[in-house]
Amino acid sequence: MSPNESSEQSRLLRGAHRTLTGLHPALESLLAALVGLLVGAILMYIYGFDPWKAYMGLVKGAFGGSYEIASSLARATPLILTALTFSICLRAGMFNIGAEGQMYMGGIASVVVACFALPTGLHQIAGLLFAAFAGAVWSLVPAFLKLTRGVHEVISTIMFNWIARWLALYLAIYVIVDPMRPEKTLSIPMSARFPVLVRGTDLSYTIFVAIAFALVIYFILWHTAIGYEVRAAGLNPTAARYGGIRNKRTMFLSFVLGGVAAGLAGATIVMGLPPTYAIYGGGGLPQLMNLGFDGMAVAMVGRNHPIGILAAAVFFGGLNAGGRVMQFYGSNPVPLEMVRVVMGAIVLVMSIPELIRLFPMIKKQGGRLIERLRRITRRTERGESA
Amino acid sequence: MSFQDILSLLRISLHAMVPLALTAVGEIVGETAGLFNIGLEGILLLSAFGGALAAEFGGPVVGLLVGMGVGGLVSLVFAVINTYWKGTQMVTGIGINLFAMGFVAFGLIQLGAPGFHDVPKAVELTKLRTPMGLMSPMILIALILPFVIYWFLKRTRAGLMLKAAGEMPEAADVAGININAIRILAAVSGGILAGLGGAYMSVAWLGVVTKQLSAGRGFIALACVVFSGLNPLLALLGAFIFGFFQALAEWVKTLPSKPIPGEFVSMLPYIITLLVVSGAIGRVRFPKALGEPYKRE
Repeated sequence: MSPNESSEQSRLLRGAHRTLTGLHPALESLLAALVGLLVGAILMYIYGFDPWKAYMGLVKGAFGGSYEIASSLARATPLILTALTFSICLRAGMFNIGAEGQMYMGGIASVVVACFALPTGLHQIAGLLFAAFAGAVWSLVPAFLKLTRGVHEVISTIMFNWIARWLALYLAIYVIVDPMRPEKTLSIPMSARFPVLVRGTDLSYTIFVAIAFALVIYFILWHTAIGYEVRAAGLNPTAARYGGIRNKRTMFLSFVLGGVAAGLAGATIVMGLPPTYAIYGGGGLPQLMNLGFDGMAVAMVGRNHPIGILAAAVFFGGLNAGGRVMQFYGSNPVPLEMVRVVMGAIVLVMSIPELIRLFPMIKKQGGRLIERLRRITRRTERGESA
Repeated sequence: MSFQDILSLLRISLHAMVPLALTAVGEIVGETAGLFNIGLEGILLLSAFGGALAAEFGGPVVGLLVGMGVGGLVSLVFAVINTYWKGTQMVTGIGINLFAMGFVAFGLIQLGAPGFHDVPKAVELTKLRTPMGLMSPMILIALILPFVIYWFLKRTRAGLMLKAAGEMPEAADVAGININAIRILAAVSGGILAGLGGAYMSVAWLGVVTKQLSAGRGFIALACVVFSGLNPLLALLGAFIFGFFQALAEWVKTLPSKPIPGEFVSMLPYIITLLVVSGAIGRVRFPKALGEPYKRE
């Protein structure tokens, strides 16, 4: 073997080795998803449903055709944004449970653009800006309370969720209400709506807003100095402070970015989800409810990485879209709530670090494989040096 | 506002205090040992649901007992994940809350009317006739229990062991205490108390299970814990304050003149929680190892 050839081989092997070990996070997410689906199946079985049939319905409803895929992507759009809210703050070392409330405020704020007359293009931008601003303002108060009074962000954001819920209900029922149809708010005008991407579905151009924001967050966190500071403060606040990082500033920034993401999530529902382009105050905000909480599950499965979140959101969007089909599927109508049971189980499993290690079998086999690869790598390296 | 009004306001406050006090005291036991469970909301929901179903089979006492069992079981899962498997406590708690939201909503649909299940009057816990009107006997338990727990944590050997597990697990481990076992025990007993609070809501107080029955009470209880600095007696006081504002909100809503829109009145307990917590922090101190899984060197 010529030295050149062997070095090529060693580099390839090292690459394979890295891929296998680097796959761990994705594998763990996959495993958690499987466990979650299994928990759901057991529960359905206990309640007398046929889990297999139900999941077949779910998969068909989620990814069975172009209409279904578009519908799943439409469900994924707000989840990407609310998941980002949770992840940005988690990267900075905080648990921001407030996506729900921030999203309500964003949704309400984007309805307000119905009051202006602006040309198309500008109108959409105005709506997004309004929503982002409202979400950021709503997340600033918990951030402020944490910095000045030391109030734990979990408690303050949860309280703000409830306050936002009642405030949004009040505004939707009394202030920005549609005088013709009091069960909903004003519908935003044509010029402020995002056009539908796939005809006949509810997938609109808002998905590009979500994807673009995820990429922006990725860029900020991994390719700018301030993003590095945010991540460093999250990994070890004491060390970061010694390193000259102003923790308060990173905290503030991550809360504001999170609030912007959640506010945009509310806007995507109002401005990009046919057919109403409004919020229903009547049924207790049914379109918005729980999107913030589902976002946390998406963030966990996406490993708090913007790119992972995009993939996880498609999975959960599929669960939601498929769940709608599942509840009317033939003789086996499983309620949509099943989907949230599955989500909860997935998050529970995801809270276990090094999940793979809980399964000694997998570990043993995987370890053996990696060991073998390592040995070959070493041998070729030795050949290289010789 | 007549004397009768004040009396009924006080009565409703005491009833609203019970789940908060029980949950908060339970959480104090767990946090003293170093486990921070934010899944209380989910435990309340699940045990309210389980308790209501069990009460229809075997009467109110069975309902309460099953509620305690459900609370203990959920906490057991939480505790095992966060001791032996070194989980992230916040995330486990979030998972429990999500799971409970889905599970209870799903279960309610399977019972017939979506989102709503009445507990028959016949299987509700009888209320005692007192000079203040009909009062649930559970109020008495909620008033006494914090004192018992206070005594247990401050004055007994076992209480000290809990504290050691939360403050300095390394030292406790050297002294021969099994950290993981004692943390699991603490979290499970705390969960049993929270479960009692949940079952109380459906079986002894509101007489109904809805998918939003807990309405943030788990987090308000958590706020009580923060406010009290892990002192059960202060937590009881906090629970009473929050119970009072919930009662006040309900009372204002029933006024015929409607001085404030109902939506704003409903915000009141949450705003008060925020105000109290932001006023109280600064002087409270939490166990050093709270939220950290214990790893032997």
